[in-house]
Amino acid sequence: MSEPTVRAAERIELLAAETSEGAQELQRREATAPSELGREVGAVLRVDGRVLDPNAVDFERRDDETMIINMGPSHPSTHGVLRLMLELDGEFVLRTKPIIGYLHTGMEKTAEELSYIQGATNVTRMDYLSPLINELSYSLAVEKLLGIEIPERATWIRMMMSELNRISSHLVWMATNGMDLGSSSMMIYGFRERELILAFYEKTAGLRLNLNYIRPGGVAADLPDGWQDDVTVICDTIDERTYEYDELLTGQPIFRQRMVGVAPLMAEEALALSLTGPLLRSTGVPWDLRRTMPYLAYDQVDFDVIVGTFGDNFDRYAIRLNEIRESIRIVRQCVAMMPRGDYRSQDPKVTPPPRARIGESMEALIHHFKLFTHGFEVPAGEVYSAVESPRGELGCYLVSDGGAKPYRLHVRGPSFVNLQAVPLLMRGGMVSDAITVISTVDPVMGEVDR
Amino acid sequence: MIALPPSAPPGVITADGVAADVVCFVTPEQYLALVEAFKLDGFEMCSDVCAVDYLEHFDRPLPEGVAPTRFEVVVNLLSLSKRQRARIRVQAGNDEPEVDSLFEFYRGAEAMEREAFDLMGVLFRGHPDLTRILMPEEWEGHPLRKDYSAGRVPVQFKETPGPR
Repeated sequence: MSEPTVRAAERIELLAAETSEGAQELQRREATAPSELGREVGAVLRVDGRVLDPNAVDFERRDDETMIINMGPSHPSTHGVLRLMLELDGEFVLRTKPIIGYLHTGMEKTAEELSYIQGATNVTRMDYLSPLINELSYSLAVEKLLGIEIPERATWIRMMMSELNRISSHLVWMATNGMDLGSSSMMIYGFRERELILAFYEKTAGLRLNLNYIRPGGVAADLPDGWQDDVTVICDTIDERTYEYDELLTGQPIFRQRMVGVAPLMAEEALALSLTGPLLRSTGVPWDLRRTMPYLAYDQVDFDVIVGTFGDNFDRYAIRLNEIRESIRIVRQCVAMMPRGDYRSQDPKVTPPPRARIGESMEALIHHFKLFTHGFEVPAGEVYSAVESPRGELGCYLVSDGGAKPYRLHVRGPSFVNLQAVPLLMRGGMVSDAITVISTVDPVMGEVDR
Repeated sequence: MIALPPSAPPGVITADGVAADVVCFVTPEQYLALVEAFKLDGFEMCSDVCAVDYLEHFDRPLPEGVAPTRFEVVVNLLSLSKRQRARIRVQAGNDEPEVDSLFEFYRGAEAMEREAFDLMGVLFRGHPDLTRILMPEEWEGHPLRKDYSAGRVPVQFKETPGPR
């Protein structure tokens, strides 16, 4: 038997057969149904605001006039393993189809094998740029089914940590977006500032990235001594540096030429495509779950929901930059208003006994052991909990059959849904705009593929 | 608990969900009409579509009058103007679950329905492009079904011994 690589290289059609994803891919126009073609050219609405008539799309163009090319899955500016198939007419994009699944690891299936305590370690790896917010969404769902109240301090710690997470996530976005547009200084700056937050995470939870810090019942550990100073320094530093980013990027002519007016989006389109987060807010819809459907203690802090006007790349950039500032405002209020008390629920059903008790009490040892092997049982039922992640509505649909493991865990990843906007935003643009579009849609492939 | 929209089809059973959601139980026949009624009533966004396989849980807690089936399609609708959520649980069938696609009303349901088809094997009538989205094209079976055990197909580590 010959080497597979040699065999594939010898026969080009074999190579295609071995690497093709078939109907998942962008097909030739003659092999595409009108309704699917409508999707791929990004047709969402008719002028009267109703659903588009597929016959109104221009699909008279012949296949030999255009070219279908691949972008990705390992293109440096696709932020992971996103693969786009583009149909080009010269330098202009006619159709786009995102092809995903290269990072699919079956995390929803895995979740059915893990107890509720272990579940947080699983969801934290989905959107790896905002791990705490994943844990939060999951923990809120479990707690809703359990019907337990968590202490006020735990709520505020959760809120502060998830706002820090939002800052770090947006900083990575600023960094990679800068990189995509050729500003490698922004790349370095964004990661430099994020390091401050990660260091604080390490001090608090022991880990920098996938923390497993927010758990059903509260948080894993109390804030370290002197945390107020650490957090204040982080806030002061990053707040000051956002003005440096302003100087570096916001008014910079090259940056503006690639961002202002590129890939605009209408509010109706965003709603029809179920887009959330900065994408939706950039069109002027003031929808932020922290404000409109408050969870944790967001109704007790003062912050602004940033909205855009034109829904173009620049609006999405400006929203994220200003959301960093708003998150800093929230974090400062958390520092000032942090209540005293327990950092986790004292309900013995979900919370293990204190470490010190294990050495002296057999019951405590059994309790500890039972909780970490079998886990706790959650009443049968189903619940949907949604929080605002840096990318939009992060939903967690949890079904319990009364056992110690979730019967079904479905995560509504905002990146997954937001990716549907790509064909619409790309249409008619240049290939070089494709880079900025992917960047400002900000998909995190871990969450898209789960 | 929120009321059903005025144009909802007759015979829809509702219940209070955990955390004050309204949950509607429908058959595949009533499904599209109810979604349309919600859309007319100001539910602008379809925030989530997923499917659940209740393989042996025909005794799950359901309100009076709902005939349980193995598969359920769960749709979460969101009204931005009213700040409300509504959840629709469709009893989609036992062997070959099939429901109508929401594509006509909510364009954004497209990828989510593809995911439900890929991982759970629910068919959506009228979907423009019902192909696998996360799994490879030639994959057999639908991994999130309960009769599909994790780890039974050795992936990637081709030299390791077969399934456990």
